[in-house]
Amino acid sequence: MLELLTTRNNPMIDPSLHVWGWEIPVYLFLGGWVAGAMVLSGWLMHRDPGTERPSVTRLLPWVGLVLISLGMVALFLDLEHKLYVWRMYATFQPTSPMSWGGWILIGVYPVLLLAGIAGLPPALADAWAPLGTLARRLRQSDARRALVLANITFGVGLGIYTGILLSSLGARPLWASGVLGPLFLVSGLSTGAAFAHMIARDPDEQSALLRSDNLFLLTELALIALFLIGLATSGVAQAQAASLLLGGPYTAAFWVLVVGLGIVLPLAIQSLMATRRIGHTLVAPMLVMGGGLALRFVVVAAGQASFWP
Amino acid sequence: MARFGMAIDTTKCVGCMDCIVACKTENDVPDGYCRDWIAKRVEGRMPDLRMTITSERCNHCDNPPCVTCCPTGASHVHVYGKIVLVDHGKCIGCKACVASCPYGARFMHPDGYADKCTFCIHRVDKGQLPACVEVCPTRCMTFGDLDDPQSEVSRLVAGRKHFVLKPDAGTGPRIFYLE
Ligand code: SF4
Ligand code: SF4
Repeated sequence: MLELLTTRNNPMIDPSLHVWGWEIPVYLFLGGWVAGAMVLSGWLMHRDPGTERPSVTRLLPWVGLVLISLGMVALFLDLEHKLYVWRMYATFQPTSPMSWGGWILIGVYPVLLLAGIAGLPPALADAWAPLGTLARRLRQSDARRALVLANITFGVGLGIYTGILLSSLGARPLWASGVLGPLFLVSGLSTGAAFAHMIARDPDEQSALLRSDNLFLLTELALIALFLIGLATSGVAQAQAASLLLGGPYTAAFWVLVVGLGIVLPLAIQSLMATRRIGHTLVAPMLVMGGGLALRFVVVAAGQASFWP
Repeated sequence: MARFGMAIDTTKCVGCMDCIVACKTENDVPDGYCRDWIAKRVEGRMPDLRMTITSERCNHCDNPPCVTCCPTGASHVHVYGKIVLVDHGKCIGCKACVASCPYGARFMHPDGYADKCTFCIHRVDKGQLPACVEVCPTRCMTFGDLDDPQSEVSRLVAGRKHFVLKPDAGTGPRIFYLE
């Protein structure tokens, strides 16, 4: 028997060790969603150049701008030394994913803005001549290709970073997994795709997004399996961490909210939608988005409850 | 170049918590927080029990995750004694370092920055010992330069059986507990 008596090292006794509340999971969720939206609008722009149809590509960058701003507000609320936030941009720390993230966020804004302007309907853009000129310039093939590339690059970077942010904090064995980066990226893609097919008007585009969402959800299931198997078969600390989700206190939230309601059920519904056995419903994409949010909450909370022995 | 560390004799420590009081006084640690603490590990089966008491604090790790994760460079390895310090004026209070320390050695100071043990560098600089070492009634702590093979701390670590906390975390802690 080993009994450890200490006044520290336990978030139940020492609440200062449970450092991240709702702000960080919400930020990671919104960041992932924007990442998904960027990759998808890059893909749609590439797939359907010069479309005159009511493509969601036109809307996604603007939605992304709102979401990423909300995410940054959440991130800012979490800071304890708010007046010093500019310090983040007074330096670049190559070993700190949080520092990369800060700079990636700065790059995301102009890319989203330009993609948004490129998709403005001519009637709107031409209301102000320079804007109309810029929009037309951005729709030319070279600028368009650059925008496609920038959207996909920044989207993938943003999505992976939200996972690596956690896995770089070596003290929490649950996060000590290389799968977290890809898992958060794919979860962001599925959130982005769910939202996009929810608001898509064009039937062809909606069905393409729906099918891609199903693919992302399947990949996410595989990555979750890899994540758990990887942890359970590593050292004692990781196995203990995995048991938080496999019988421990976070089991119900993880399997019911994240896996059951967030992936399996919507995947089943969306598969029926994809084969046109049922019509399009809002329920499935809403569930996917809720599952993405639940995934961030569970991983952030359970990670903070895992310790090296 | 010095590399400061400590050897703490667990066979002498009685867990009186004088080190904690000394630290709180010396460093004006706010109420409800501490930079050092006492842990008691009880092993065995009744009636054969064995208790190890350890006075714990930041290990000033050789491979400190709290420094690599810091987005602003506020957490840094200081040139003097390679101790790990926080520059309060650079810290944005993101708490990444608190989450990254396997020992729970850091906390957020109510004034908004990350705080923890400094090895009382302001005292060491003047040729004094860290407050906890100075005050210990059993003299169980030895502070000094681990890179100097002649220092008392180096000789203790070289000559006595010892352990470090959470070696699997891979942080290279520099507080050695003598058995
Ligand atoms: S004990 Fe914790 S705070 Fe101190 S150097 Fe190591 S990781 Fe950083
Ligand atoms: S809380 Fe301060 S010292 Fe810690 S990682 Fe963030 S900026 Fe660096």
